[in-house]
Amino acid sequence: MEHANKYPHARLIRLGVGDTTQPIPQVISSAMAELVENAMQAMRKAIAETFYKNMDITSNEIFVSDGAQCDISRVQMLFGSNVSVAVQDPSFPAYVDSSVIIGQAGNYDEKKCKYKKIVYMSCGSSDNNFFPDLSKVPRTDVIFFCSPNNPTGHAASKAELERLVDFARHNGSIIVYDSAYASYISDHSCPKSIFEVPGAKEVAIEVSSFSKLAGFTGVRLGWTVVPKELSYSNGFPVIHDYNRIVCTCFNGASNIAQAGGLACLSPQGYKALRSTISYYMDNAKILVDTFTSLRLNVYGGKNAPYLWVHFPGSKSWDIFNEILDKTHILTVPGRGFGYGGEEFIRVSAFASREAIFEASARLKKHFHDIGYRYLLRR
Amino acid sequence: MSPVKVVSCSCPKPKLYGAQNRAFSIQHSAFNIEEGCKASPVFRRPPIASPLSVPQQQALTFSLSLSPGKGCQSSINLWLAPSPILLLLLPLLSLVTPISISSQGALSSFHSYSQSVAPIVAVRFKNGSIKCVATPPAQQTTEAYTTKVSRNANMGKLQAGYLFPEIARRRAAHMVKYPDAKVISLGIGDTTEPIPEVITSAMAERAHGLSTLGGYSGYGAEQGEKPLRAAIASTFYEGLGIEEGDIFVSDGAKCDIARLQMLFGSHVTMAVQDPSYPAYVDSSVIMGQTGVYQKDGEKYGKIEYMRCSPENGFFPDLSAVGWAEIIFFCSPNNPTGAAATREQLTKLVQFAKENGSIIVYDSAYAMYISDDSPRSIFEIPGAKEVESSGMNPWLAEGEAFSSWSPMFSVAIETSSFSKYAGFTGVRLGWTVVPKELLFSDGFPVAKDFNRIVCTCFNGASNISQAGGLACLSPEGLKAMKQVIGFYKENTDIIVDTFKSLGFNVYGGTNAPYVWVHFPGRSSWDVFSEILEKTHVVTTPGSGFGPGGEGFVRVSAFGHRENILEACRRFKQLYK
Repeated sequence: MEHANKYPHARLIRLGVGDTTQPIPQVISSAMAELVENAMQAMRKAIAETFYKNMDITSNEIFVSDGAQCDISRVQMLFGSNVSVAVQDPSFPAYVDSSVIIGQAGNYDEKKCKYKKIVYMSCGSSDNNFFPDLSKVPRTDVIFFCSPNNPTGHAASKAELERLVDFARHNGSIIVYDSAYASYISDHSCPKSIFEVPGAKEVAIEVSSFSKLAGFTGVRLGWTVVPKELSYSNGFPVIHDYNRIVCTCFNGASNIAQAGGLACLSPQGYKALRSTISYYMDNAKILVDTFTSLRLNVYGGKNAPYLWVHFPGSKSWDIFNEILDKTHILTVPGRGFGYGGEEFIRVSAFASREAIFEASARLKKHFHDIGYRYLLRR
Repeated sequence: MSPVKVVSCSCPKPKLYGAQNRAFSIQHSAFNIEEGCKASPVFRRPPIASPLSVPQQQALTFSLSLSPGKGCQSSINLWLAPSPILLLLLPLLSLVTPISISSQGALSSFHSYSQSVAPIVAVRFKNGSIKCVATPPAQQTTEAYTTKVSRNANMGKLQAGYLFPEIARRRAAHMVKYPDAKVISLGIGDTTEPIPEVITSAMAERAHGLSTLGGYSGYGAEQGEKPLRAAIASTFYEGLGIEEGDIFVSDGAKCDIARLQMLFGSHVTMAVQDPSYPAYVDSSVIMGQTGVYQKDGEKYGKIEYMRCSPENGFFPDLSAVGWAEIIFFCSPNNPTGAAATREQLTKLVQFAKENGSIIVYDSAYAMYISDDSPRSIFEIPGAKEVESSGMNPWLAEGEAFSSWSPMFSVAIETSSFSKYAGFTGVRLGWTVVPKELLFSDGFPVAKDFNRIVCTCFNGASNISQAGGLACLSPEGLKAMKQVIGFYKENTDIIVDTFKSLGFNVYGGTNAPYVWVHFPGRSSWDVFSEILEKTHVVTTPGSGFGPGGEGFVRVSAFGHRENILEACRRFKQLYK
């Protein structure tokens, strides 16, 4: 890394890439060491029972995978190049990038910094309360929606998701709902699954992951729910085609990872995971307090392990560079998530407590006046 | 008017001791019927009405007509009413043990939507009743909601389910029909022998390590862990000029094939061996590279099918092959078992060079080679041709081409740990994309493949990679070779058996597959005959393409006693 060359003695703290840092609880890693028989069927059942209780989602509708990023591409292969898509702006880059790769996105408009055929739903700032104004969004076939959101950390409320489902129903669209951070929700009025909203089963696919839930970013395990009610315009069930994709273009998640997944969902495993999630969320609280003390407006950090910090009037890459140069802390410039991310920095809470304290101390030392700087600009 | 869904349920033969030809009374009781759904059983085989008389050994097949409704679950209970004499013998009745079919397998039995076959969710036989519970797909009524998203037309081009789940379905149905039969699976090429200890202990160690601060690792490099990439390069590509940086570790060759198709996009055409591993054609259809299926030729439009048969030594006559951008070539071959010679591969390379095509070479079975057939496409030297270095605008300053072998300018190689280490469930493979391989505008293919891997994938499981590294240690290699040797012995036994029965047998020398010729016969018929009469699952050749018609593939993955037993049964059937 260039920074390492420039500052060879600096102890770099990485609050950039959202990669988990805490070890996996023993009960889970032991299970992976002793492979559980028939893990696969049991895995689907456990996912249904843990995450979709009382939502009438059966194990048949769950497809275990090697992670949400991979599933997003499989979903894109499923839909093909002739569908139109809408994404949040800002959003996790894989939705746009996979859309481009599969041929849905059209050419890039250099001026607008957007792909011509993608609809970008602005929801990166408090102006729209981090939820798109659906009355301004044109119809698309597919709507990618992530909640709790990466990068803004916003968890959509029940009312917001009802509006989204209504919108999709009205337009005959399919929502691809990314719930990878659902386990970080602390405000229990916020839905953890799109299927908590009535009518969602006929308009949505849900993609989720063990990565942030269990520290499985390297182990590779996730799942996608395709309800049997979800149909194409000709009545053909989407699940049939998704199953075909999964049989032809994939060969299942590693059996060892699945054994680990099963242990994650055992009472003991799940308890251990929640403890790690609390750890990260306590980190997030410390960071929120730190940035707030610097008189910056901080969003997120309550229902997601990401903080979305506002530097009004700035270029996010400039802020990123300044933070890196002055404090040797890695963050992610908001612009990396789309044009709507400009002026923001994403800070992740995945780190050891010591690193979080150290980062806070450095930020306070070097940026004690930063809030004032941006206060004046507003 | 919405279509009526028909579900077929085949119930296991009840085994009853005592008098022959007793009466069965059939009682239809429908429950869990939701509003508007009607269920009326129509008994197909034997064609009977209730009450009925069924000879003892007959299996009972019936269809259940479900008229549209919101959702329907209907149960048909067939009560075996023994004759009055047998009533006294009731306590002596032997009942078949309960069976249930996994719903995953059943779900994928959606064939063609127009046929409206509903999946069978469970079949249970207990307390004297046979119960088939069928749940049809969401019915289309005037109130049923559909989205306005058009189905991907490419998916509609696919003819049926993927081949191997279909084989699994037939196997499952057979096991329901013959619950006492010892079914031996030589169909799906799935390994059976345990993974050597040296490999699993490395995976266990890595798993345990994840619970420690020092051993925990999160996101890895999408291309794979460096030590593993280096080990793959040195184990399989020593002296061939392939470096660690050319290797992309993955969760298996089948997944890589789909990623390669995403890389190439929908505007390329492909050539494929006929017969061939179904994933090449199916992924091509899904990506939109093909035309529609033509029933008369049993081929998809826009694909060049390169016939491989005994007549041409299972190497295509390239002079008869039309032009295609991408040529899929698998050697040793699945399903024929043929390993291409150095001479043949040189011709293939030459053909690709002349046409400016890219070969996607599948070497998943290379370690099964016994003779001196090439194990990697990169063993083939090319003509003297040197790419100028440093002049390509796509390369960063300092990057240059190797002038080592222009072989690199035509091929990608994909391979797997599945058949070497029994990693079919663990999931680990790799793809080699040489830096020198370029698109027509000079853009390096590896750069785009790297982008696909970073965007559409997130690396193979770290635990699987630890296993892979152990596979390539001296001890691991030794252990893998032993397991491969074991399967090769199985292959010899199968080859000898069919030869002794007078069949023309191909493959089996350099691959764990035996390709048996049944001239003039439909391969699905032979598959069914073998399954029905010997309870051995094989794979019908036509599942691999029209060039597979008249052949059956017998895989050699199995415990020794199962292989021997299967061969005994073959000898019995075909003596």
